[in-house]
Amino acid sequence: MLRLTIALCLTLFGTVARAEINIQEVTSPGGINAWVVEEPSIPFIALEIRFRGGATLDLPGKRGATNLMTALLEEGSGDMSAQEFQTELERLATSFSFRAFDDTLSISARFLTENKEESIALLRQALTNPRFDQTALDRVRAQIISGIASDAKDPNSIAGAVFDAAAFGDHPYGSAIDGTVESVTGLTQQDMFDAHRNALSRDRLYVSVVGDTTTQTVGELLDGLLGDLPETGPALPEYVDFGLAGGVTVVDFETPQSVALFGHKGLKRDDEDFFAAFILNHILGAGGFESRLMTEVREKRGLTYGIRTFLVPKFHAEMMLGSVASGNDTIAEAIDVTRNEWARMANEGVTEQELAVAKTFLTGAYPLRFDGNAEIAKIMVGMQMVDLSPDYVVNRNDFVEAVTLEEINRVAAELLQPDDLHFVVVGQPAGLESTQ
Amino acid sequence: MTRFFAAIAMIMTAFSAQANNVTTYTLDNGMEVVVIEDNRAPVVTHMLWYKIGSADEPVGASGVAHFLEHLLFKGTDVLEPGEFSATVAANGGTDNAFTSYDYTAYFQRVASDRLELMMQMESNRMNNLRITASDVETERQVVLEERNQRTENSPNALAREQFRAALFQNHRYGVPIIGWKHEMEQLDLQDALDFYDLYYSPNNAILVVAGDVKPDEVLALAETYYGVIPAETQLPARERPEEPPQRAERRITYVDQRVSQPYLVRSYLAPERDPGAQTEAAALVYLAELLGGSPFTSALGQALQFDTQTAIYTNASYGGASLDDTTFDFAIVPSEGVSLSEAEAAMDEVIDAFMEGAIDPERLDSIRAQLRASEIYALDNIDGLARRYGAALTQSLTVADVQAWPQVLQSVTEQDIKDVATKVLNRDQAVTGWVVANQEEAR
Repeated sequence: MLRLTIALCLTLFGTVARAEINIQEVTSPGGINAWVVEEPSIPFIALEIRFRGGATLDLPGKRGATNLMTALLEEGSGDMSAQEFQTELERLATSFSFRAFDDTLSISARFLTENKEESIALLRQALTNPRFDQTALDRVRAQIISGIASDAKDPNSIAGAVFDAAAFGDHPYGSAIDGTVESVTGLTQQDMFDAHRNALSRDRLYVSVVGDTTTQTVGELLDGLLGDLPETGPALPEYVDFGLAGGVTVVDFETPQSVALFGHKGLKRDDEDFFAAFILNHILGAGGFESRLMTEVREKRGLTYGIRTFLVPKFHAEMMLGSVASGNDTIAEAIDVTRNEWARMANEGVTEQELAVAKTFLTGAYPLRFDGNAEIAKIMVGMQMVDLSPDYVVNRNDFVEAVTLEEINRVAAELLQPDDLHFVVVGQPAGLESTQ
Repeated sequence: MTRFFAAIAMIMTAFSAQANNVTTYTLDNGMEVVVIEDNRAPVVTHMLWYKIGSADEPVGASGVAHFLEHLLFKGTDVLEPGEFSATVAANGGTDNAFTSYDYTAYFQRVASDRLELMMQMESNRMNNLRITASDVETERQVVLEERNQRTENSPNALAREQFRAALFQNHRYGVPIIGWKHEMEQLDLQDALDFYDLYYSPNNAILVVAGDVKPDEVLALAETYYGVIPAETQLPARERPEEPPQRAERRITYVDQRVSQPYLVRSYLAPERDPGAQTEAAALVYLAELLGGSPFTSALGQALQFDTQTAIYTNASYGGASLDDTTFDFAIVPSEGVSLSEAEAAMDEVIDAFMEGAIDPERLDSIRAQLRASEIYALDNIDGLARRYGAALTQSLTVADVQAWPQVLQSVTEQDIKDVATKVLNRDQAVTGWVVANQEEAR
């Protein structure tokens, strides 16, 4: 039986704008849940599907299998070769995107209302009956190996790889999801079928749909689209501690501008201090031109084009990260200033005014995100993955507003640990050496 | 049959809805105003486009258009340095700017009831910039770091610069938008102010407002804030040096040890979309799709990635939005063990075979359907529509040209494609570039 929960007509009040969004939840007879927004004004539909797990589900010795498998989902299924499948998609002007990430396998689909049935049938075929033809496997493998070679000569990718390996070691977070030339070279068709069986299961499935359709229709098509997938998947990896102590790692690479990736441990998405940390991060380094780090490193000193910080609450670890790039002669100064700002905010906190300005921006900007079918579908599926309910879109700004100065400054002192910051610097930085 | 009919009817509705939602005005001082109404979300994008880009810069001052764009975020007579962006942020909005060969544009995205404040500030910085020598010093370092990040640290970007410089023998499209490093280092306050005083004028600007707004209210605000700024009487005609007849193929090998994988590109000089004459450009859109659009169905993809394993990546691309002659480009990344000369020969064989053979009508139908659908998908992205109009109007196209473009695309014939291919795919008007880590790979 199709279960439709009562339509929640949600009004998002920002500081300055309000947006109305009507999120409906539907559960198919087979028990698959989806969030739907009916938006008939443009004759197309945006569909977002996520599976939790992603590349963390690579089996031992098979690093890169989930990534390669995901790339092959568009390369032939059912009785269609890769070229036949793509010819059909092009004829319908339908687009599918299949991507693997650390913790997620992500599928985005976009199709015209008039081509809905045919598009859904093709997507079903790709998800439940992929072929993993040897020729397709070999062709896509060569592309991935080329990408691995390219990453090995890209300063930003090198910095990421060195940082992750030092922070997470043998845990899947410690290596790139692409795998290594060696591991990818060894992958077989059977590995693809195994990875497919493991990464697409209904117990880790999240769905959202926005566009020219009805909640009833979505409820009726979910079982056909996804019902044939296995009910459960294998165990997810263990939680892993952030294992990188404070310091500097210099990776020698001949290029005029050094890039630095830095960070220390962070906090969980469901931590009661998350919103305080979220605002703190905004003031420190995520708030564009207004952030303290942009002001100090770029606007006052001209040391960089951009510096940014991020809260990274993954499913099995948490980090607070930042990145900056500066000429080889000036990167040491950029790092000094960054460390000092980190310490200043940890010791002195933020001002009442900074907090007020950040809240105004964050609450004002929130409703502006809901400005297109594809955007709304992505936001909704992301909310489901971190266990939020539809009314979060209404309450979210209240959570931001509720953070007090005392609270944010307590969190600043706890979260920001300048001595724990580790900087991985790729380039030929003057006056910087690796610490022991 | 019925279903087919219904589909067509739906598409026509989408087209006319789009046209109906666009309103245009011209203020007395010559400023053009375009309003695109979309009431799905309470958001507005306010964009001010100046018909001035890097290809309009004086000789020796490359990068000044982009440098000035950065300086516009410093102070004015009433705004402190940084206050512009801070005010946008304090109203829950975001702002930024971008510079290209043909335009410089500034935009804010905010709640629609904050439009007036945006206009007030944006109109203020059209004429009242106050820049100090120290602003210039610091910001010059910032743009040099931007060049480091985008170009000096990227062998692909450095190679592209070399190839474009060789393709354009007379036109400023051969000079990078961000500027040559040695000229950027010399940019001073006067360079920026000269550029600003002359070109940042209402009769050289286009206002695009897109989102949850009423056109007559936008017009009233535009009159209030922009309408009072006098036109620049000294604004020069926009005349640029043209390309001479190009008579010889150019070949370049760019060597950089940071290159991970050898590849080749070829750029041909190609016509752009012109006012009232967009057919050649439309045919080039099809040509790019047919030769190197999708790797699964294009001629290059099929021949080099499926029928043989000559390449791991193939592409043909064409962007018709440009004030002057633009480029038609190919890129090939050969498979392991395939040399660049073998890959290039294979590419040329595909091009030759395409010129000699017939075009599969099903492929044409498929491309037509995709282009038609892309117009529907485009309606979901109001910022994208705003950019489409803003860019076109700085590149000498009219609103009518922008609105005719989807229909021009639908009308392209096989003969149009063959004719334009014969004209454009002439190696005397092209640069072939090889990008390698060392000389041994250049074979």
